[in-house]
Order: sequence, then C-alpha cells, then structure tokens
Amino acid sequence: MNKVMSNKLFITLYIAPALLLVIVLVFIPLLLSGYYGLMEWDGIGDRTFIGLENYIAGIQDADFWSSAYHSFLLAVFSTLSLAIYLAVSFILASKIKGADLLRKIYLVPMLLSSVAIAQLWVKIYNPTNGILNTLLMNLGIERPPAWLANPDIVLFAIFIPILWQYAGFYILIYYAALKNIPESLIEAARIDGASPIQIALRIKLPLIKEVVSVTIVLAIVGSLKYFDLIWVMTGGGPNGASEVMASYMYKLAFVSYNFGYGSAIGFLLLIITLIATYIVRKLTATRDRIEY
Amino acid sequence: MTNKKKAIALLASAAAASLALSACSGEEEEGAAVAEEGEDVVIEFMHLWPEGSSKAHYDVVNDIIAEYEEANEGVTVDLEVLSNEQYKDKLRVLSTSGDLPDVGMTWAAGFLTPYVDGNLFASLDDVATELEDEFVPGTVDAYRVDETAYGLPLELNIATIFYNTAIFEEYGVEPPETYEELLAAVEAFNEAGVPPIALGNKDAWTGSLWYMYLADRIAGPEALTQAISGEGDFTDPAFVEAAAKIQELVEADAFVNGFNGLADEEAKSMFMSGQSPMYLIGSWDLPNYTTNEDVPQEFRDSIEYMTFPLVEGEGDANSFVGGPGVGLFVAEESDVKEEAKDFVAYFIQEWGEQAVERAGVIPATKVDAASLDLPQMYIDILGELSEASNITLFADVQMSPEDAQVHLDSIQALFGGEITPEEFAEAHAEAIAQE
Repeated sequence: MNKVMSNKLFITLYIAPALLLVIVLVFIPLLLSGYYGLMEWDGIGDRTFIGLENYIAGIQDADFWSSAYHSFLLAVFSTLSLAIYLAVSFILASKIKGADLLRKIYLVPMLLSSVAIAQLWVKIYNPTNGILNTLLMNLGIERPPAWLANPDIVLFAIFIPILWQYAGFYILIYYAALKNIPESLIEAARIDGASPIQIALRIKLPLIKEVVSVTIVLAIVGSLKYFDLIWVMTGGGPNGASEVMASYMYKLAFVSYNFGYGSAIGFLLLIITLIATYIVRKLTATRDRIEY
Repeated sequence: MTNKKKAIALLASAAAASLALSACSGEEEEGAAVAEEGEDVVIEFMHLWPEGSSKAHYDVVNDIIAEYEEANEGVTVDLEVLSNEQYKDKLRVLSTSGDLPDVGMTWAAGFLTPYVDGNLFASLDDVATELEDEFVPGTVDAYRVDETAYGLPLELNIATIFYNTAIFEEYGVEPPETYEELLAAVEAFNEAGVPPIALGNKDAWTGSLWYMYLADRIAGPEALTQAISGEGDFTDPAFVEAAAKIQELVEADAFVNGFNGLADEEAKSMFMSGQSPMYLIGSWDLPNYTTNEDVPQEFRDSIEYMTFPLVEGEGDANSFVGGPGVGLFVAEESDVKEEAKDFVAYFIQEWGEQAVERAGVIPATKVDAASLDLPQMYIDILGELSEASNITLFADVQMSPEDAQVHLDSIQALFGGEITPEEFAEAHAEAIAQE
C-alpha cells in the first residue's frame, strides 16, 4: 500500500476529483467575483468594464467600513467567548456528575438551523410580547428596551444568539482535545501535589494549545464572513446598525442590483479575511509540536 | 495482496473520476431531455403564494392549472412555490444565471426595469391587446416600459387604515378624519395603555406607506410621483413637512414599541390579536378581515377601514397609495414562449373570476360586484377604488432598485429619529439626481 501511496500517478489520481471540485466550486467563483468587481453591472443586463472604480469606491465607502467594524466587533466577542467555552469544557472534562448530559445540551443549538434560531430569538426579543421583556416588566422595569429596534443595542442583542449558537461546537472540540490527554500525565502531576487549577493551567492548557489556536482562527474567520442569523433577524437594520460585511455585500448585489459593486465588496471581504487569518496564524503559531 | 489493493485503488479512482465527470455533465442531459419530448410541452411556472400563508390563493392557482391542463392536451405546468422574500431572491439569482421560469411573477415599474433592460422578459403586448377590455383601465400601464407591456397585473390594491371598532368603542375614541384627530386618538389610546398603531418597520415599506400618505395629503396627489421621476423636487417644503409629521407621530408614541425591529407579520399579529387598534396596510389583507375562516368571526366583525386622515395641504381624501400588485411575466428565453403566453392569458381571465370569490382578492381585471355575493367591506373598498381621484404607486416599486434602497433605509432612519426631515429629503434628492 505504501508503494501505491508514494506513486506520483496515484497521488494525482486520488486528489484529482477533490482538487477539481475545489477549483470549480471555490477558486473559479472567487476569481469571477473579483472580475465582476471591475464591472458596472446590475447582475442582469450588459457589463461595462470600469477598472478599479468599484474597489476604490468600496475603500472610500463609510457604510462598508461601519459594517467592517461590526464584523470586527463580532470577531472580538467570538474570540473572547472562547475563554468561556474553554472553561466550561474543563469542567465537563473533569469527572463531574451529568457531564455527558450537559455536553449534549450544549450541542443542541448546533443542531438547529440558523433560520430557526433567528426566529426563536426574534420572538424572545419581541419588545411587547417577548419572554425577555415580559420578564423585565414583571421585575418592575417599565419600559424595557426594544432590543432589535434600538441602534445602540441591536448589535449586541444579535451577538448573544450567535455566541450561543456556536458554544456547543467549540465546547465539543475542546472537550475532545482534553479527553485526548493521557491520564498518566495528570496522575503524575497529582502525585507531585499539583492542585486542580495548576493541572488545568500548567498541564492541560499547554497540551491543547494547538487546538485553541485553531479555534481562534475558526472563530475570527467565521465572524468576519458571518451572515445568516443577522440577515434573518434584522436584515442589517435598523438603518445599518447591525450591518456586517457579508450582509452589506448581499444587499448591494441582490437588493440594490449593484452586482459589480457588491462583487467588489465581496472581494474586499476576502482580502480582509485572508489578512486577518494570516495575522492570527502568526500570533498563535506554536513553535514546538507536542507529542504525548 | 499488493496487486489486489492496486486494483481496488484503481477502481476507486476510476469511480471518483467518473463521478466528477457525471456531475459536470448533469445539467446538459437535463436540458436535452426537455427538448426531446417533442409534442408534450412543459411550462415552468413560479409563484409566491405558498399553501401555508396564502391557502386560498394557492388553491385557486392549482385549480386554474388543472383546468388549463385538461383543456390543453399535452401541456403540463411545472409549479414552483416560494414565499415572498425568497421568491424575490430566487428570481434575482435565476436571472443572473439566465435560467428564469417560462412564466413567473413580477412587480411593476422600477422592479421590472432591470429585467426589461437585460432583455429577460418577453413583450406581452399581444396578450394585453387581446385582454384589453378585461383590465381595469390604467393597470397595465405600470408594467409598461417604453410603451411595451412586459408584465400583466393580477391584483389591484390600495392601502387603507384598518381599525378595530371594539377597541375604539371601549375607550370612546372616534375614528379620526383629520391629522389632529389622529393625534388626539393616539393620545387617548396611550393614556389607556394601548399602543395605538401596529407597525412593523423592519422591512421599511410599511413605514413608507405612512410617509407616502402624509406627502400625498400635504403636497397633493401628483407631487410624489413627479418627485420620484425627477420632474419635481424632493427638497420641496411639503415633503420635508411630511417627514417632520412622521417624527411628530413617533414622538407622540403613535406606533408600537420597537417598530423598527419588528417584521410586518409581527405587527399584523398585534393588530389581529387586538393589542393595537389601528394598522395601515394594502387591501391584499382584506381576506383576513372578511372571508378567512381561520380568523375568529368576532374579530372579523369588529374590523372597519378608514381612508387616510386629511392633513392641512393640497391633498384630498379620495387620493390613495396603492397600485397593481404582482403580475405575470413570460421569459424572453423561454423555449415555449407561445404556449406560455397562452397560459398567461388564460390564467389572468380565470384569476379575475375565481380570485374575487374564493380568495377575496381585488384583481386587476374588472369585477361585477352586483352579481357576486361579496363581503360588504370588499364592496366598499372596490367602490373607493372606482372613485379614487388618484392612486400613487408604492414608492419602492416606482423607484429603481438602487433608489428604492435609499428610500427604505432613509425611512427607517427617519422613523428611528436618526436623521432630520431635511436630511431625509436631501438623501432622496441626491439619489434621484444620480440616475
């Protein structure tokens, strides 16, 4: 078998179907959208080549940068919340009662579609009939905020279901990584008199460092291109207060029929995401590989 | 052993390769199959009345299709149904890839224009002439680009304020006929702890109705249409005043709490559960207040409508915001264009007759109200339509998609108090000047 695997012909044959799919479904559309960004085009009629005009307009577009800022905020919050997920996983991975059940409960939001989650939270946030405000009014707060209508609050109101949605995913990853640590290492530390907190911070955390750095990249990239829940819950409103880069791009291309400009914004989104990924990878790079 | 493994590996890669190949060629095969069928004709038809939310519409469509298929041997209508917003999205995606259904639904004016410019919709002039006597005069015009009809309307709507007489009586409030009376009613309801007007402004076209009516009442019937077309000026004081009145209403707490984050459906449910006494919406909602058996009889009995209150200015009470709703188009690229046109003609005639009685829809074709057993409110609104001094087409439909977005964004900002009435007018003037 090893002989087969090192045969260049077979390597090519094996990766060819996947490579073909990636090229057709990922790289060609990427290049095409970059190319459409050079056009004045409503998505339906004729295309006119206008050079870099759309890209220059995009860089000067205050609405685009405000949506980029919102995406950036989401990325920051997602990264910070990783610490909470990590803490929860530590508790779950230690032998507590009902850990198995809890793990499954945390995973539930992952099983729901984004649209279902969005609808659920729209109901929770309903200013007059929603659970949240009914609760607040019963607590004696006379005019609780209209969560999705207030431009100062809406962004954070949307972050909560997003962070809730992905909690299970990250907890599962951390949990699996923690369970992978050989029991003998922890046993040895315990015999040497290390406290549970010392074990967690000095032994376990360094051992799953690579996993953590991968999740940071996932969280940041995921946040920068995040779209679905926001689109369903607010459509980027009110008046752009919850607009993120992807929803802004969608609005330009499919609502305003500004396909060329939308493509250019999409390409800028790609570049920003690539740069962010590169920076994060550099910052979280682990020099020495850990082997148990 | 090695040989066996080699053979398996070879087989596997061959299978993978053939899979990839067949995936690529799938679409072509499908296209060929349709052409080969020869005599049998398949007309693809996409509409936006799903069974869940518009049962009556959905059933009427299905019956018409069944009748048509029976009358035309060898013709099959292939149906695809999507809800409103999804329909719009899908139509855009399909048009970008040049894959429109043979017959589908479109909106008038500004919505239609990019499709016509892109040469995607076929001219329906022949059908329009054939059915000339059927349509309510003027309804087809909204679907014309350069004198050619590219769509034919199915509905005709006007927006009115529906109100709950039970709540009005409970608090001793009279239906307002003027803006001042509206403000007084708002105050009375607020004192009683009832949110006066149900409004879901998340999609902003609902708030646009309020602005359009105020502009119509202050600036006069033709003014808004002229301003949108660029003949008039959006920075005219009358339009600024209409915007200021919106903010006055917002400050008076006229609308339900958090309206900018609520979808229209949520506002509708507040009105229909009796939490709010007033709701401004198009006559497409009429079935909910007349014939819809799913709505409690008691609620339906308590709903009345009023025309938009008078505001000091040029406007009169017989001027409405409204216009044709959805219409049918035939795709220019369709393989079965003649059959599709025939189907459209048939559909429009049948729809005119059946939709009135069974779905409570006001069609764009003429209705003989006397010969049908219709709910009183339906007859009244039909009467308003026939006596209307003016019908201003919905602003976001009139405008090009790009301007419409500016309009809707500004409406939301205006209602949210984030821009001044002057800035609101300025944003419109700027967008329209750029065309």
